[in-house]
Amino acid sequence: MIYKTFNKIYDTDIGYSFFNSKIAVISSTILFIILLCSVFAGVVSPYNPFDPATVSLMDAFTPPSWSEGGSSSFILGTDQQGRDMFSTIIYGSRISLIVGFASILFAMVLGVFLGVTAGYIGGKYEIVVMRITDVQLTIPSILMALLVNGIAKSFISQSMHNDMAIYVLIFAIGISEWPQFARVSRASTLVEKNKEYVSASRIIGLSNILIMFKHILPNILRPLLVIATIGLALAIITESTLSFLGVGVPPTTPSLGTLIRFGNSFLFSGEWWITFFPAIFLIILALSINLLGDWMRDALNPKLKIR
Amino acid sequence: MIVVAFVSFSLFNFVGDPVNSMTGIDASYERQAEVREILGLNDPVYIQFSRFLGNVIQGDFGISYQLKREVSDLIAERMPATLELVFVSAILAIVSGVILGVYTGIHRDSFISNIILVVSLVGVSLPTFIIGILLIYLFSVILGVLPSFGRGEVVELGFWATGFLTASGLKALILPSVTLSLFQMTYIIRLVRAEMMEILQTDYIKFARARGIKENTIYYKHALKNGLIPVITITGINIGTLIAFSIITETVFQWPGMGLLFINAVYFVDIPIMSAYMIMVAFIFVMINFIVDITYYFIDPRIRLKEEAS
Repeated sequence: MIYKTFNKIYDTDIGYSFFNSKIAVISSTILFIILLCSVFAGVVSPYNPFDPATVSLMDAFTPPSWSEGGSSSFILGTDQQGRDMFSTIIYGSRISLIVGFASILFAMVLGVFLGVTAGYIGGKYEIVVMRITDVQLTIPSILMALLVNGIAKSFISQSMHNDMAIYVLIFAIGISEWPQFARVSRASTLVEKNKEYVSASRIIGLSNILIMFKHILPNILRPLLVIATIGLALAIITESTLSFLGVGVPPTTPSLGTLIRFGNSFLFSGEWWITFFPAIFLIILALSINLLGDWMRDALNPKLKIR
Repeated sequence: MIVVAFVSFSLFNFVGDPVNSMTGIDASYERQAEVREILGLNDPVYIQFSRFLGNVIQGDFGISYQLKREVSDLIAERMPATLELVFVSAILAIVSGVILGVYTGIHRDSFISNIILVVSLVGVSLPTFIIGILLIYLFSVILGVLPSFGRGEVVELGFWATGFLTASGLKALILPSVTLSLFQMTYIIRLVRAEMMEILQTDYIKFARARGIKENTIYYKHALKNGLIPVITITGINIGTLIAFSIITETVFQWPGMGLLFINAVYFVDIPIMSAYMIMVAFIFVMINFIVDITYYFIDPRIRLKEEAS
């Protein structure tokens, strides 16, 4: 049964290209493991770093298990509060992934909605939307996210800020990434708009909204998927950068960037592992998503198929 | 420009009430009204906006809420540091990016070019701050040869405090500028490589080979010239990105530039500094676009011909 479904997947174009690309298989396997770990963080990680009962200050600054003075109960050592690094990294990557996925989803919904409607309706509306995207594309995304974050901070009172921080972050990163989606979806909509099936559905009297989102949207999903994958890597990097700068998620629920920021201050006193392991983990995560996106771009690109 | 000015003006106005933070909560209603009158907050919005614009053109961005100093002074103090950093790393990125890009474009399948390409792929996924931390760890903590923060000694040249003239200033510049340029460099490498590979297939290169011109002259004089045009466009856009990313680099290395000023302003919700920074960055963006357009004219003879024909 499993063998049969596997064969079926293998027989499709994309499946074939996937299993023949070492990079795609390796990077998606790594990604899959990371995803599993962060979803089941409570089961996988040996300690719960946010439960004060399991954390002991006596264990603080334990180096990784293989180096001198390390203890076998903490594989990657502990941080300044005696939290197990391995567990905090898994919990941290959970936060990073949640923020990354949510902000890409937000950017995608916003960008695709504006892009498809702009491409389909046209006229002045299109000009205005595309001008806004052009202006925003010239602003680097990290600067945009910082600005949105700063502005949002002044609207929200300090006491509420810790609860709201993660939503603000998702909003800020999403806002900085939507123009990509808007541009691509508008360009593809312009192509699809003049095809026969659109005219046909218009003749049988379907409403514009139905045509746009039920008929055109499924046909332009492929390029959007590629941008979403590469955008995900970008969003995770942006999130960790913002957290590193100290304007991201609150320290009570550290993401990978926050962990690196904490560890950074211990770099000079020799506790290199506190900052090193989250950093390596973040690089592996971003690299495997990027490689997967690279492969996807080649595999889903009809121009490259005829070789 | 005007749009950015308006946005930062509205930030100024509608985000929080400056009167509240200036007078304190227990100031009487009359006192608040008085301050409001002095600040001109009772005038209609368009008058306030035109006054704001007028002030900005004269270089007056108001007073920082947090530091209680003129924002324009603060910016003028910090600007040389950031510009030096951005300038050095842009040069670094372009020079090494073009050299490595040309090399990988010519020797397509050699071992060294494959290494360069793999490294550049990793470089794309490496966040700037991690590069910075790793470099600090390697060169300041383990080897102890380069300083990890600050700009070293600076020499005052009128209003411009430069780190170029002292040994410690130059040393302090190395790590931040390498950090900042690495990402751009990988970008330029890939771009130049793709361009070179395409151009080396064209007829005029084949013709040049047939004429018996030396390989190196072909590569660097004939091919590279045409390959550089898209590089200039991308670099122009990316200098803006460099300025944005200098915020991160400056935080990692505690480099006393505009980025550090801005990030502190974000911490303390210091709106005048934020809006001044925004206007400055927008201004720099516009200037860069302008300069890029002019460079086209000098590099690409086709554009010059078109101008003369019309």
